[in-house]
Amino acid sequence: MQASNDRNPSPTIDSDEGGAPDKSARRGFIKVLLGGGLLASAGSFFYPVLRYLVPPAAVDMGGDTVIAAKVGDLKPNSSKIFKFGSRPGLLVMRSDGAYVAMAATCTHLSCTVQYRSDIRQVWCACHNGIYDLAGRNVSGPPPRPLEVYDVHVSGEDIAVGRKREA
Amino acid sequence: MSDLRSLRLSFLALALLALPLSLRAQQQNTCLDCHGSADGNLKITSEQIAQDIHFQKGLTCASCHGGDPTSMEAMDPKKGFKGHISHNKVPELCASCHANGSYMRGFNPSLRTDQLAQYKTSVHGKKLAAGDTHVAVCIDCHGVHGIRPASDTRSPVYPTNVAKTCSRCHADREYMKAYDIKTDQFAGYSASVHYDALAVRGDLSAPTCTTCHGNHGAAPPGVASVENVCSTCHVLQAQLFDTSKHKAAFQSAGFPGCVTCHSNHRISKPSDTLLGTGPGAVCVNCHVQGDAGFALAASVHKELVATQAAIARSDEILTRAERDGMEVSQAQLELIDARDRLTKARVTQHSSQAAKINEDIKVARTVSDKTYEAGVQAMKERNYRRLGLGISLITIAAMVLGLRLFITDLERKK
Amino acid sequence: MSAFVVIRDWLDERFGWAELIAPLKHKTVPLHRLSYWYFLGGITLFLFVLQVCTGILLLLYYRASANEAYESVQYISTKVQFGWLIRSIHSWSANLMILTAFAHMFSVLFLRSYRKPRELTWVTGAVLLFLSMGFGFSGYLLPWNTLAFFATKVGTDVAGQVPFIGHFIVVFLRGGEEVTGATLTRFFGFHVAVLPGITTLLLAIHVLLVQRFGISVPPSVEKQWIADPSARSEMKFFPNFMLREMMAWYIALGVLGVLAAMSPWGIGAKAEPFASAPAGIKPEWYFLFMFQTLKLLPSKIWFIDGELLGVLGFGLAGALWVFLPFLEQPRWQWARVFIIGLGVFALAYMGSMTVYGFIAK
Repeated sequence: MQASNDRNPSPTIDSDEGGAPDKSARRGFIKVLLGGGLLASAGSFFYPVLRYLVPPAAVDMGGDTVIAAKVGDLKPNSSKIFKFGSRPGLLVMRSDGAYVAMAATCTHLSCTVQYRSDIRQVWCACHNGIYDLAGRNVSGPPPRPLEVYDVHVSGEDIAVGRKREA
Repeated sequence: MSDLRSLRLSFLALALLALPLSLRAQQQNTCLDCHGSADGNLKITSEQIAQDIHFQKGLTCASCHGGDPTSMEAMDPKKGFKGHISHNKVPELCASCHANGSYMRGFNPSLRTDQLAQYKTSVHGKKLAAGDTHVAVCIDCHGVHGIRPASDTRSPVYPTNVAKTCSRCHADREYMKAYDIKTDQFAGYSASVHYDALAVRGDLSAPTCTTCHGNHGAAPPGVASVENVCSTCHVLQAQLFDTSKHKAAFQSAGFPGCVTCHSNHRISKPSDTLLGTGPGAVCVNCHVQGDAGFALAASVHKELVATQAAIARSDEILTRAERDGMEVSQAQLELIDARDRLTKARVTQHSSQAAKINEDIKVARTVSDKTYEAGVQAMKERNYRRLGLGISLITIAAMVLGLRLFITDLERKK
Repeated sequence: MSAFVVIRDWLDERFGWAELIAPLKHKTVPLHRLSYWYFLGGITLFLFVLQVCTGILLLLYYRASANEAYESVQYISTKVQFGWLIRSIHSWSANLMILTAFAHMFSVLFLRSYRKPRELTWVTGAVLLFLSMGFGFSGYLLPWNTLAFFATKVGTDVAGQVPFIGHFIVVFLRGGEEVTGATLTRFFGFHVAVLPGITTLLLAIHVLLVQRFGISVPPSVEKQWIADPSARSEMKFFPNFMLREMMAWYIALGVLGVLAAMSPWGIGAKAEPFASAPAGIKPEWYFLFMFQTLKLLPSKIWFIDGELLGVLGFGLAGALWVFLPFLEQPRWQWARVFIIGLGVFALAYMGSMTVYGFIAK
């Protein structure tokens, strides 16, 4: 670092000592560089911040609850596949009008299961595995039940969420 | 003579009376006293006895061999000793308990009692009845002394061990010399996806020899029935096949369903090359250039390969984007959808109906194209970020340079 | 009269601060071959301010509940304009700040700036260092991903080793017996309210003390200057040193920009409390040396539990560190050597244990 071996007040930024043309040209250049640099760098910092402050169009963050369908989308004894976070989910409207929802990834070899209205159970087409409407693996290769989700109807929306911890 | 006999008897009675009470009270297994230290086939160890399910339930050597295990005269024919049970008498002997419903109910009510009846319908059973002692009887599969229940993982008939048990005869060329069947089944099965699932991955729902051939009633299913057997698990493929032209064609030609294309034992994971007109394809075994089937096979193969390529292309760009720090998890999820659809297309082709197959192909292509677009967008964003970084680095460099010069200038004014 | 001067004078008439900041104009920085180390404190302060700013921006979108935390961070990183930038800068700057804080502490130690009358500057500084590690620990959990969840579990388990009050500490930290959504809420409160409040207070004291007593000169240089007064060299703080600090801060910003754009902080997988811990869970690098030590200690030393001994050992070392300057008593002539030796040992130990922790499975 260069020494400023000086106990006198150092010259202020505005004072003009030397009058030589290249010195003032140089000083001018420095002023431009500093001023421009300051403006440009401030711009490159504040531009992202200002854009950040504006909320994006998609306000729904996802989370543990997903709107799987609207009331009226499903008839009794029918189903719908919906996206639940990173996996597919299965929403079934039973013949008695109640909704059940469960994970749709078969626990055998991860095929996507489907609801069969003829046998009124959940079926995996890959190797004929069958689950009941409580997610229990009742027939065929699947070694474990399907994870069952909470279904909550609020107004027009059918919301599906993970079972809450106590 | 009768004097001598009665003398012997009384001597025996005396000897018996002289035995200490404790000895008589014990369930003495005198068989082991000799057979425990015998040689070769006659040797029976106490370990075998200990792990045998029959002994655990309270039966003894005499339960099958007769005789009296509590006495030193155990092998007395008068005490019912049968000695070695000959090969062709084994099924009847085992069935004397195992086919007796009321007897078996006292041990395990849910055990089946129709093994002998089934066995009589099997190839082994029929040949045995005709006098062939080469074939398998109960003890050949279940073991003879030291029999474990089938649910025990160490039993030779536990699902993961069945194939090896069958192969003891069926893979032995020498042994099977007299019969008109191949001996490559075990070799083929060991290279199959089913073997991989069952023995390597431990998936007990995967089939072994007995799953398709039956266990006690073991026999090949027969050409007309093969499809029924496979479809107990592979329901969808069978249903689709039933709607295809191949079903009637195979029936009239006497070809078995499923096996004609997929083989029976060496069932490997099907690849797209199995379908089509290229090398390794099964379609050209029957179809020739110019017929409709040939054309369909060629076009389906082309579509499947193209879809696979589209998915691979999406995967590649998404992986690249992710590596460069872009958030592409949603697109990667959707790509799984495309993969599922391609799998479905490969199943739907069993129907040999272009319209159905193309439906699945189209969805797979749409999804993979969409995810590819997402990948392209991600890379664009990545480049945009790098550009932005470059610009701000330039402004920072300008600022740093400006400060440096300013400081130099400031301090030069001395 | 330039606009700047007009505004400045107008404000001064109403705040009356010209008198108060006049002494600052005379503030100087000693110049010698070790002067470069003086930048570290300023950089740490700058990074802290950056953390506060990016943290406040993140607060506008982050949600601190177990159901939504992960998704909100994902949202910030993918949907919010430049959210990825703010978040990555926040994560990288956190690590950088802890690094410079450690470097600043060690440079002060080896330049022996902690000597009387600057002991309290050291004390507040040591506590600030621990607070920054607390910031790191609490902030790490907030994205609620698998790594963070299990790292928090392991970290708070260690706290339970403290005798008598260990269980209370664990329950206090976790908001319950286990790490749950309650822990997340609590850590969030620590991270954005409790720790910032305490830190601001201590930081104010720390900086004021530095202004009050000036920058310390290392004893070796001091000796030189006493022998030869003409060799004495100082630089004015305003504007000369300040301008140089600004250069350093701009460079730090550039470094952060590069890190954020080229090597953004990932999100990981969402935490699943009932899943089993992934193999090889490790805490963040600034805790690695402690973690590795605890792993290496045998389960029993004499009759004392090994982990307990480790925790107590680190606790003692921490306390010793805070009160280090008071060891330098005039009647103990080996104090200086002892403290420097302690510093060398600490640096070597922490450095090697951190490296070991990285490469160990």
